[in-house]
Amino acid sequence: MGEEDLYRDIILDHFKNPRNKGAVADPDIKVTGANPFCGDEIEITLKIQNNRAETLGINAQGCAISQASTSMMSEALQGKQLNEIKDAIAFFRDQMLSQQTKDWPPQMEDLESLEGVKQYPVRVKCALLAWNTLAEGIKEFQAQGNQKVAARHVEGEQ
Amino acid sequence: MKETLSSTLENKNSKLDILKVRADFPLIAKNKVIYLDNAATTQKPKTVIQALTNFYENSNANIHRGVYRLSEEATEAYESIRKKVARFVGAQNGASSIVFTRNATEAVNLVAYAWGEKFINAGDEIILTEMEHHSNIVPWQLLTQRKKAKVKYVPYDPGTGKPQWEALSSLMTERTKLVAFTHVSNSLGTINPVQEVIRSIRKLGSPKILIDGAQGVPHLPAHVDDWGCDFLVFSAHKMLGPTGIGVLWAKKEILEAMEPFLGGGDMIKEVSLETARWNDVPWKFEAGTPNVADVIAFGPAIDYLEKIGLAAIGRHEQELTRYALGRLEQTPGITLYGTKTAEERCGVVSFNIQGVHPHDSGTLLARENIAVRVGHHCNMPLMKKLGIMGTTRASFYLYNTLEEVDALIRAIPKIQKIFS
Repeated sequence: MGEEDLYRDIILDHFKNPRNKGAVADPDIKVTGANPFCGDEIEITLKIQNNRAETLGINAQGCAISQASTSMMSEALQGKQLNEIKDAIAFFRDQMLSQQTKDWPPQMEDLESLEGVKQYPVRVKCALLAWNTLAEGIKEFQAQGNQKVAARHVEGEQ
Repeated sequence: MKETLSSTLENKNSKLDILKVRADFPLIAKNKVIYLDNAATTQKPKTVIQALTNFYENSNANIHRGVYRLSEEATEAYESIRKKVARFVGAQNGASSIVFTRNATEAVNLVAYAWGEKFINAGDEIILTEMEHHSNIVPWQLLTQRKKAKVKYVPYDPGTGKPQWEALSSLMTERTKLVAFTHVSNSLGTINPVQEVIRSIRKLGSPKILIDGAQGVPHLPAHVDDWGCDFLVFSAHKMLGPTGIGVLWAKKEILEAMEPFLGGGDMIKEVSLETARWNDVPWKFEAGTPNVADVIAFGPAIDYLEKIGLAAIGRHEQELTRYALGRLEQTPGITLYGTKTAEERCGVVSFNIQGVHPHDSGTLLARENIAVRVGHHCNMPLMKKLGIMGTTRASFYLYNTLEEVDALIRAIPKIQKIFS
């Protein structure tokens, strides 16, 4: 994928019109993450029902890549089972961090546009922030026996 | 200092022959990248690169040890750079006050350990500015944490783009043991009036004074004897030299009073199983085999700067800075940081494109083959004060051209269009 594909319309659309903006009331999972290097900051809140992410809220600030990735993630994972979400997170991380990429499943097709980020290795962590943050929130939630959690702050890393 | 001054005076009226200068820098001469990240590191002239190759091909031997010719020659070449460096920063007493380190950061840390451990006590104070690079903040935080001492800051004034030096009179007390500040801000380019500030410090008390010269020494004449500071630190790689070489200059009596930094070979005169006797300064602070090749290759970097002259380089940087500031002021949707005029800065313009995160600007500029630094520039406290996550910083040196500034300015509307 060529460099010219990085700031594609779809990424800019998610950056300018972030989906699922705001915080859900009385969340079951609340988790925050940041990349101190870039100043990207996000807060993810989820309402869980029957092991399913019923509603998902995002508050984010930072670069276009981190914000677009966060917005796309929220759209792709809204309403999914927690196990499906965990699989999607693992899949996305793998797509961003490995040289080879697999075909994107239909529900994640917008996210394909983020493959261009791989041209700029230092920016990959911008794309991964939301996913790593959500992974931590779910992990904590399940570790606490599906009790409400305000998970620890996640610092950006790959 | 006399020699440095005379060489700059000779060049007083000369203008840089920019094409000739560019041809001296192999990476620049290839014209593959518009390199505007000189505050991070500078490109190297052929003579520096050749000195490295030449050393390994013809002169490589360890120093201060061998009784054979090759080692003696390497020792002589290494020690001759100390003299050159001392002269370049205006240190008449010269070579014995120059300690080679890995970089300016290590030089600050050396002072924080070897001087700080001995002379800073609980309740003492160290004064810095809010404009300092992390390397002139963190070593002092570590020291004051160890010693239960205190760091205080001269506030940065976003209105003027300068530290509020007048605050010194209320900040300084009899417990103030050190004032450490940068000659030139790495993120904004603000030039601090070193001589003037040192005078006001001396009027208020007698703390030691450390100047961070990492961004100053490569661009502006340093006169440590005339300034009357106690320590100066800087890095070779920001002034055309190789990476891996930093310099600490300190008053000789202070170096002699300090404890060693690292222990090992070369820093001792005599070792028994129980104890050791330290070598004379500066070798007391250079434990183990130093970075011989890079120190030797630092020589031609200084020669190059002296040949062109810091005065001519300074004028060229001023022209680029003035032009860049003017063009940026005329570009809609730009926020500029730092001092209002080019004269108060040293080859740096720091800005943001409104509505665009600096990391996005940086990536999009990289797409145009323009290398700038984006982010917090190791100035997180300053960025916090400015209420931003970071800036886009273009920093110039002797080989940059007005056309390169034009390329930067031309790229901005393209970025704005993408984000419109």
